[in-house]
Amino acid sequence: MEVLILAVLVGLAIAAVRVRDLMAAVAILGAYSLMMALLWCQMNALDVGFTEASVGAGISTVLMLAALGRIGRREEGPSRAPLLRLPLLTMKARLRRAQQLSRQHHRASAWGAVLVCVLVGALLLYGTRDMPQVGDPDSPANRQARVAQYYLTKSRDEVGPANMVTSVLGDYRGYDTMGETVVIFTAALCVLMLLREAVGRGRRERDA
Amino acid sequence: MKETPSLIVRYIARRAVPFIQLYALYVLGHGEDGPGGGFQGGVIFAASFVLLALAYGWGRGRASVPEKVADVIAPAGCLLYAGIGFVSLLIGGAFLQYDAFAGPGADQAARKTAHHFGLIGIELGVMLTVTASMVILFFEMARPAEDEAAEEGATFEQAGHIPEGPRAEESLDG
Repeated sequence: MEVLILAVLVGLAIAAVRVRDLMAAVAILGAYSLMMALLWCQMNALDVGFTEASVGAGISTVLMLAALGRIGRREEGPSRAPLLRLPLLTMKARLRRAQQLSRQHHRASAWGAVLVCVLVGALLLYGTRDMPQVGDPDSPANRQARVAQYYLTKSRDEVGPANMVTSVLGDYRGYDTMGETVVIFTAALCVLMLLREAVGRGRRERDA
Repeated sequence: MKETPSLIVRYIARRAVPFIQLYALYVLGHGEDGPGGGFQGGVIFAASFVLLALAYGWGRGRASVPEKVADVIAPAGCLLYAGIGFVSLLIGGAFLQYDAFAGPGADQAARKTAHHFGLIGIELGVMLTVTASMVILFFEMARPAEDEAAEEGATFEQAGHIPEGPRAEESLDG
């Protein structure tokens, strides 16, 4: 099941990058989030799955659509090469085309992007080697700090809620959750200052 | 988003709004026993206003949550959260120590009740902030273009556009 979901995820990601219509790309990203939510539920992380479904597939899709209303629906540039050619050949053809069409710095930035992608991917793969298996009783959180056992055994008495995630978020890590709330508020504040203030400034300038 | 959708869409959207909001409150209240909580509840609550705006146009949606209301509620949620922390500090507990609300020398049951209400209080604070913030984010980003174009041509360059940065990686293809 997880393999199936992951395969769909990869397919959706490729589709989202390749499609020219940005509206379709946003819709695909919404589907991507929904698959992520399924994956979280599959891993028994219901709270994370719920958040992913409501925020990732819901609100952020709508926000991206709203942004599309400002920047236009179509991506610029010629349509892409067909997907079904051999990847290597496509890569070569694309690079040749990039050389012909663009100036020197464009090519450099393309190679830079490839380099960054490969590097980050390699680092992430390297990082996964240190991650414990899901539900591993010997993982550091279980073994050394014993936080997991502590929450499992004590949270019902100390905090109360049957949902341990709520206990951790609201009580054991209540200070962090407060910071999180302030972060959300700060995001709204920034958007207010950037977008609404600009409109106000234009209005004042016109009136003056 | 410019032309209004058909009567059927509008009617169903309007009828769905109270159910969405009720569900959001359920998610908030049920967060202690199942998945959910202030964050998810807030997002769902905000989604009901987004639905109104999508069905009836930006102006009608905005009218259902006036700018001033959202602007006040967003910081109010943060203040509620931090306020609970500071009040518990003043009473004599630690910051955000909810069972301090029961007062000194209270028995186990009273402390538990106080703890419960403290948790609900902060979840409510989270929900208020998240709802108002999401509403602000959506309505500011979806503000109709003609509104801005009428204001001043220059604002378009200054504010409306996302920088061209992400395009750099596209150069590979074209």
